[in-house]
Amino acid sequence: MQFNKPTQSSLHNNDTLSVVMLRVLLALLPGTVIYCYFFGWSILFNITLACFTAVISEALMLSLRKRPIQPYLKDYSAIVTACLLALALPTLAPWWLIVIATLFAIVIAKHLYGGLGYNPFNPAMVGYVVVMISFPQYMTQWLTPHNGLDLLQALQLHLWGIMPENIILDSVTSATPIDSIKTGLSLQQPLTEITQSPLFGTVGGKGWEWIATGFLAGGLWLLYKNTISWQIPTSMLATIAIFALIFNFITPDQYAGPLLHLFNGGTILAAFFIATDPVTASTTPKGRIIYAIGIGILTYVIRTWGGYPDGIAFAVLLMNMAVPTIDYYTQPKVFGAKE
Amino acid sequence: MSDTQVKLSTFPGGLHLPGHKGISTNKKIGSAFIPSKLVLPLQQHIGESSELLVKAGDKVLKGQVLAKANGYVSVPLHAPTSGTVTNIEEQAVPHPSGLTATCITIETDQKDKWISIEKPSDYKTMDPSALRNRIREAGIVGLGGAGFPTFIKLNPGARTAIDELIINAAECEPYITCDDMLMRERALDVIKGVQIMQHALQAKRCIIGIEDNKQEAYLALQQAQKASNAITIEVTLIPTIYPTGGEKQLIKVLTGKESPSQGLPLDIGIVCQNVGTAVAISEALIDGKPLISRIITVTGNGIKQPGNHDVLIGTPINELIEYSGGYDTNVQQLIMGGPMMGFNLLSDQVPVIKTTNCLLALNENNSSPAMPCIRCGACMDVCPAKLLPQQLYWNAYAKDFDKIQDYNLFDCIECGCCTYVCPSQIPLVQYYRFAKTEIWAQERDKIKSDHARERHEFRLERLEHEKQEREERMRKKKAALQKNKQKTDPKKDAIAEALARVKAKQQNNSVESKNTDNLTKEQQQKIEEINNRRKKQSSVSDKENDALNKPEKNNLTK
Repeated sequence: MQFNKPTQSSLHNNDTLSVVMLRVLLALLPGTVIYCYFFGWSILFNITLACFTAVISEALMLSLRKRPIQPYLKDYSAIVTACLLALALPTLAPWWLIVIATLFAIVIAKHLYGGLGYNPFNPAMVGYVVVMISFPQYMTQWLTPHNGLDLLQALQLHLWGIMPENIILDSVTSATPIDSIKTGLSLQQPLTEITQSPLFGTVGGKGWEWIATGFLAGGLWLLYKNTISWQIPTSMLATIAIFALIFNFITPDQYAGPLLHLFNGGTILAAFFIATDPVTASTTPKGRIIYAIGIGILTYVIRTWGGYPDGIAFAVLLMNMAVPTIDYYTQPKVFGAKE
Repeated sequence: MSDTQVKLSTFPGGLHLPGHKGISTNKKIGSAFIPSKLVLPLQQHIGESSELLVKAGDKVLKGQVLAKANGYVSVPLHAPTSGTVTNIEEQAVPHPSGLTATCITIETDQKDKWISIEKPSDYKTMDPSALRNRIREAGIVGLGGAGFPTFIKLNPGARTAIDELIINAAECEPYITCDDMLMRERALDVIKGVQIMQHALQAKRCIIGIEDNKQEAYLALQQAQKASNAITIEVTLIPTIYPTGGEKQLIKVLTGKESPSQGLPLDIGIVCQNVGTAVAISEALIDGKPLISRIITVTGNGIKQPGNHDVLIGTPINELIEYSGGYDTNVQQLIMGGPMMGFNLLSDQVPVIKTTNCLLALNENNSSPAMPCIRCGACMDVCPAKLLPQQLYWNAYAKDFDKIQDYNLFDCIECGCCTYVCPSQIPLVQYYRFAKTEIWAQERDKIKSDHARERHEFRLERLEHEKQEREERMRKKKAALQKNKQKTDPKKDAIAEALARVKAKQQNNSVESKNTDNLTKEQQQKIEEINNRRKKQSSVSDKENDALNKPEKNNLTK
C-alpha cells in the first residue's frame, strides 16, 4: 500500500493561530463591555469601523501579494489589530481618523513589511502614532463618562460631526485624566487639587479605572491560558509603578502615584495586549523582561516630561526597534552547556 | 531496595501528551510468525554497513551470520530463520525519503531450523572485553531507536569510571508499548540483561527509570529485581512527561546531572541503555542467540487489531500489518516509530529493521497549510534542550547555516515538542533535520574540497620547487661556464690567432694558385664560354630539381 506524506505532524495540541487570536479577542471583552457601559455606543461603532477597514484592507493586500486570502483572514490577526487600535484611539475620533489609522496599520505597518510574522513594528501602535502626529487636535476628544448619547446620536456625531440638539460638544467631551493632570501641573496646580475634578474616580480616571480592571481580568486569563508570557506585563507594570512610587515619594504634589499611573490611560491594556504582541516583542525570557522594562521607563518618561498626552505608543515602537539586538544577546543557556 | 533512594529531578520544558497506549496493551505479545520472505538491509545500525558473507542461491540456517562487521562501528547480521538467499540487490528500506539500500532477500522454508549454537560460558567469569565481543557477535544495537552498536557504548575506555548505568524504560512517546509489554512479560530477562551490562561496565549502581503510567511493568520489574536479588539495581517510577525517555532528559531526572551540550553521558560517568537492548543481551549471553527478532507495537486507529508482536527482523511491513488484522478502510498514513519522532512511510513494502519499535497507522491526515511564525515562543517554553526553536526555524528557513549553529542547532534532539505546540502548525523539526543534513553535506563537501585544494596546492608547490631547482642548476652551469671561459681566455686567443694566421695563409695560397692572369684573349674567351655553359647547366639542373620536388610537395599538401 502506498501512502501520502501529510504536511503536518499527526499530533498537535490544537491551539492554532486562530484559536490564540480568538482567545485574545475574548480576553478584550470584559474591558470593552465596561467601556461601553461608561462611555456609550461610540466605542462599539469605532471597533466595528476599524474591523471592517482592517478586514477589507487585509484581503486587498493579501490578493495583491498573491497570498491565499481565506486562511490568512481566518487567523483573526487583523481583527485583533483593529480592536486594539479602536480601544486606543479617542472615543470621539471622527470616522475617517479611525479608517486612516487602521489602513496605515494593516497596509503599511503590516503588509508592506512582509505580513503576519514579519512586521518589526506593532501595527496598531504605528497606526496610532501616525494619526497622533498628523491630527493632534482630534486626539484629545474623549467622551465624558455617562454622557447620555444614544446610539443614533453617537452615530450622527461620528459620521457627520452633528451634535444632537440641546447638547453642546464641551459637555460631552473632555481630556483624559492623564492629560488633565499634565495641563493642571503646567498651570502650577497641585496634584491633590487636580484629582478632585469629576474626571477622577477612586484610584484612576472615573470609568477608566473600571475599564482597566476589565482588561486586567482578561489579561490574567490570558496568562492562565499560557497565551501570553508573564514577563512582559509584570515587568512593564512593575517598572512604571516603581518609577511613579519614587517620584511621588519625593514630590507628591507634582508626580502622580503608582495607582494613578497603572489605572489610567491604556497602561493595563498595553501591558497585557499591546506590548505582548508576539511578532514585535522580544522572544527570549530574559529579553522579554528587558523589553518590557524599556517600555515601562519610556512610557513613564514621555508621559511625565514629554509633550504628548501619553507615551505608550512611542515606548512600544522604540523598544520594537531594539528587539533583534535584545534577542541576540539574551539567548538562554542550552541544556548541558557550561556556565 | 526501594525506589525512595533515588531523588528525582526535572528537566526543562516537556509536555503532557495523550498516551493512546491502552489500545495495544490488552493482549499478550504475539509469538514470532514466519513471513514468506525476509528482506535484510546490510545497514541497520549507525556506522559502517556489514560485509556480505553469502551469495544468491545459498541455503542459510536460522542464526547463521549473513554479513560480518566491517570496521569498528559495525555489527554482524544474522539470518532470522532458515531458507534460501534469493537475491542481494538494492531495495527500498524504511527511510523518510524512501531511499534504497543493499538488502539480502531470504525466501523462508518455514522449517525455522537453527544453526548449531554454542552455549556461552557464565558471563560472571568472563572478562568485560570478551563480554563486549559476544554482544557484538550477536549483532546487538540499541533497540530504543538510534541503533548504535551496543558493545561500543559498553566500552567506556580505561580512563572513565562508570558510576551509574541508567536503563531507559520510560517509553515516553504516545502509542508505543513494546517496552512496556516486554517488561511485563519478561521482567526476569530484563534484570539479567541489566546485570550483564553492569558487569561489562563494572558499574557500581544501576537505575531503571519507568514512567508512572506503566504500573504493571514497574511491579513486574520490582518483583524480578527482588527475585534475582539484584541489590545494586533500583527500579524507579518517574513522572510521565514527554520526552523523559530522551537519554539526557532521563539522566537529568534520575541523577540530577546534565550531560554536557554536544557531549556524551559518558563524559559524566553515565551510560544509558534501553530495556529492549537488555533483553537482547540476556538472550545472547545466556542462550547464545543472536539478535534476530524484536518486539514491535502495531497500533493506531488505522489498524484493525492493534497489539505487540515478536517480529523477525526483515519481515515486510505489509505482511506484519496483515498478520495484525490489516488496515482500517480509512487509513491515511503509516508512521515508523511514534507520532512525535517517527517518520512517515511512503509505502509498506519495506522491511522492519533492528530499530523498528512501532508501526503506527492513522486514519487522520492533517494537511492544513502552515502559517507564518509569530514568534510567540510556545516552542521555547516546551523545548527540553532549552533552545530557541523560533530562531532556529527563522535561520533554517533563511538557510543561514552559520547563524543557526550560533543558536545550538546540534543540541536539538528532534523530540517534536515544538511542532506539537506551534500555533502556526509549522513542521519545525523537519526544518531542523533539513538544516542538519545540509550542514553535514556542506562539511563533507568542505572536507573533499579541502583535500582537493591541498592536493592542488601541493602540486603547484612541487612544480614551483622543480622550476626553482632547474633554474638553480642552469644558473650554476652558466656560472661554471663563465668561469671556464674566463680561465681559458689566453689559450683561446692564441688559438684564434693561429686560426687567423692559417686562414690568411690559405687565402694567399688560393690567390697564388690562380693561373689565369696572363692569358691571351682567345684563352679568356674560352674560359668565359666554359664558365657560361657551367652556369647554364647548373641553372637547368636547378630547374629540374624544382620540377622534381614540386610534385612531392603537392603530394604532401594533398
